[in-house]
Amino acid sequence: MFDWRWEFVGDILPRLLKATGNTLLAALLGYGIAVVLGLILALAQRTHYPLLNRTVREFVEFIRSTPLVLQIFFVFYVGPQFGIMLSPWTAGMIAIGLHYASYLSEVYRAGIDSVPMGQWEAATSLSLSAARTYSRIIIPQAIPTAFAGMGNYLVGIFKDTPMLSVIGVAELMHTANAIGSEHYRFLEPYTLVGLIFLAISLPTAGALRKAEGKIRENMGLR
Amino acid sequence: MRPPTGDYPLRLEDEHIPMVRFQNVTKRYGDLVVLDSLDLDVEEGEMVTIIGPSGSGKTTVLRMLMALEMIDDGVIYLEGEPMTHMVKNGTLIRADKKYLRRQRLNIGMCFQHFNLFPHMTALENCIEAPIQVLGLSKTEAVERARDLLDMVGLLEKSDEHPSRLSGGQKQRVAIARSLAMRPKVMLFDEVTSALDPEVIGEVTQVIRKLVDKHNLTMLMVTHQMGFAREISDRVCFFYDGKIEEQGAPEQLFENPERERTQQFLSAVLEAT
Amino acid sequence: MTFIEFLKTYGPQLANGSVTTVMQTLLAAGLAILIALIAGLMRLSHSRLIYGAATVYIEVFRGTSLLVQLYWIFFVLPLFGLSLEKFTAGFIAVGMNLGAYGAELVRGGILSVPKGQWEAATALSMSPAKMMRRIIFPQAFLNMLPPWGNLLIELLKGTALVALISVADLMFVARKINGVTYLSAQAFGTALIIYYLMSRGLITPFMRWLEGVMTRKLGKA
Ligand SMILES: Nc1ncnc2c1ncn2[C@@H]1O[C@H](COP(=O)(O)OP(=O)(O)O)[C@@H](O)[C@H]1O
Ligand SMILES: [Mg+2]
Repeated sequence: MFDWRWEFVGDILPRLLKATGNTLLAALLGYGIAVVLGLILALAQRTHYPLLNRTVREFVEFIRSTPLVLQIFFVFYVGPQFGIMLSPWTAGMIAIGLHYASYLSEVYRAGIDSVPMGQWEAATSLSLSAARTYSRIIIPQAIPTAFAGMGNYLVGIFKDTPMLSVIGVAELMHTANAIGSEHYRFLEPYTLVGLIFLAISLPTAGALRKAEGKIRENMGLR
Repeated sequence: MRPPTGDYPLRLEDEHIPMVRFQNVTKRYGDLVVLDSLDLDVEEGEMVTIIGPSGSGKTTVLRMLMALEMIDDGVIYLEGEPMTHMVKNGTLIRADKKYLRRQRLNIGMCFQHFNLFPHMTALENCIEAPIQVLGLSKTEAVERARDLLDMVGLLEKSDEHPSRLSGGQKQRVAIARSLAMRPKVMLFDEVTSALDPEVIGEVTQVIRKLVDKHNLTMLMVTHQMGFAREISDRVCFFYDGKIEEQGAPEQLFENPERERTQQFLSAVLEAT
Repeated sequence: MTFIEFLKTYGPQLANGSVTTVMQTLLAAGLAILIALIAGLMRLSHSRLIYGAATVYIEVFRGTSLLVQLYWIFFVLPLFGLSLEKFTAGFIAVGMNLGAYGAELVRGGILSVPKGQWEAATALSMSPAKMMRRIIFPQAFLNMLPPWGNLLIELLKGTALVALISVADLMFVARKINGVTYLSAQAFGTALIIYYLMSRGLITPFMRWLEGVMTRKLGKA
């Protein structure tokens, strides 16, 4: 009917699977950056320096309100204008890491805000120090809430990696484009890319949901 | 760091020193004056109950003494030493965090909604601060916590998380948690208001025990007039951030002098 | 070239691109809202077929990337005899993608209305359709507005991808200027600022206003 060629699929699948490795690597590297940087952005907003708070807040808002793909171009092309050459991978990881760091900083903030005021007051009434209050009382309770958001963004960053193809990172989408223009066939490569994404993101999302329930249970929060 | 206005001694030096003294304490939220130049002494070993309409500032009194927030004017003294302020170069200045943390050790507080740490078992709730703050060894802390859990009748629930406990049981654990710090003053803020009627007794029973057997100084906010009357040494009726009337329970409940007290008491009696 | 000169020279092009971006956003938002309502309600159906169809749609569109969907709609659909013009393919892909996310907001919003409201409406013998329209949906709508504000910003950001199938939107224009002038900071920087202004200067205030209106309407203020 629409001329799906299995043997072409057989030819290109190994190449796509190899590129899947790059996609996963990009997602995990970017996420690693985002997890750490996001925490710094979140904590910076809880300090008592109004100027720092404001600046970081506005920065996070700016990153969250503008398209990732444009940020990727920005990071990749602006460097050379000032004599700094960044490889596609470096530029891509900076852009996507920073973008998701902004998202994760909000997740951390929401997690901490989800802990009721009474918990802070109880900790204060027991004379627990600020560090102890964070590490023993607040953060453990913020984790289940934050975990859900962190999981969503792990799947999210994975699904956003195709945007790295625009600056030549050889991930899945980039490879599918290359195959398409070599063979003048787009049906199989693009469909396969879609299926590979589904095959990874659906089970991951399901597993993360289960894990969240487990975490709550293990902490006695149910 | 504004010093309090007016004359306040650097420490109380009378021959009789109250356990707690509120002197001219004012607390505002924006334009709203929640505590209005409050003066109140609580003697060592005394049980003082605060009653009054909702919004009259009862919770605020306890929160100020617990130093959960700063007062705007006046000074609170604890055993004759300033609690909200400290002495520097011969004047009173606002207490810093470190000073407050040390002073808070003398005070324990139980909240209307328990505020147990949900990710810790009953026992863990009770040993956390003794280990971390008082520096007790784990063995000592556990021993102390088990004694207290036994006292409130919940030894067999030591390893349960709060989510597996009833409201009355949670509140009893919360009381044990506060007592584990060996405070000199205990504060109870409507500790039975969030409870089902049939479990209120198990909590009041514990408080009664504290009054009978220990020489704790206590400040309690409650809506249970019968219990207040039976257990208090003194009852304060709050209205609009001020003490409208205070006295021995028999006197205040049977012959209230002020009209507002009479109205409040008859309205409360009507409701029960 | 100073920044002022840059704006003088390329301002008109950037403005044209912005207009295209706004149009893509409006059309995609309309489609996304429509799909979200339909798929969200279908997810509440007791019929396994209806529920299943909506679930498959939502999982497929949320489980893959917008860029993959866009390419698929633009490059692959023609093989099935359905050729879409690039402008149309652009907003349809964005609308269908964000509609899948919106469907979950609709479903969540409706489920967030307390059970007592359903029971009270049932006790008044309201028909299911009336109950949904007059009692449940208005309350659900208010609950959903804040997350929809975020979703619309995601949608605006999503439209930037249509530049990759050569729709001449803001992103496309910025790339073109960059290609001609190599003034990357100016070209991409200005575009970023325009996107930011659209998000925080148009979408956020509009959603706040709508929330205010609905809150007053429902007498919750
Ligand atoms: N954090 C706060 N911000 C603003 N107003 C507050 C705050 N806490 C309490 N209030 C106000 O202070 C008044 C007294 O509160 P509270 O001491 O809790 O009253 P009570 O315990 O007697 O019911 C109330 O009018 C309350 O609304
Ligand atoms: Mg109160």
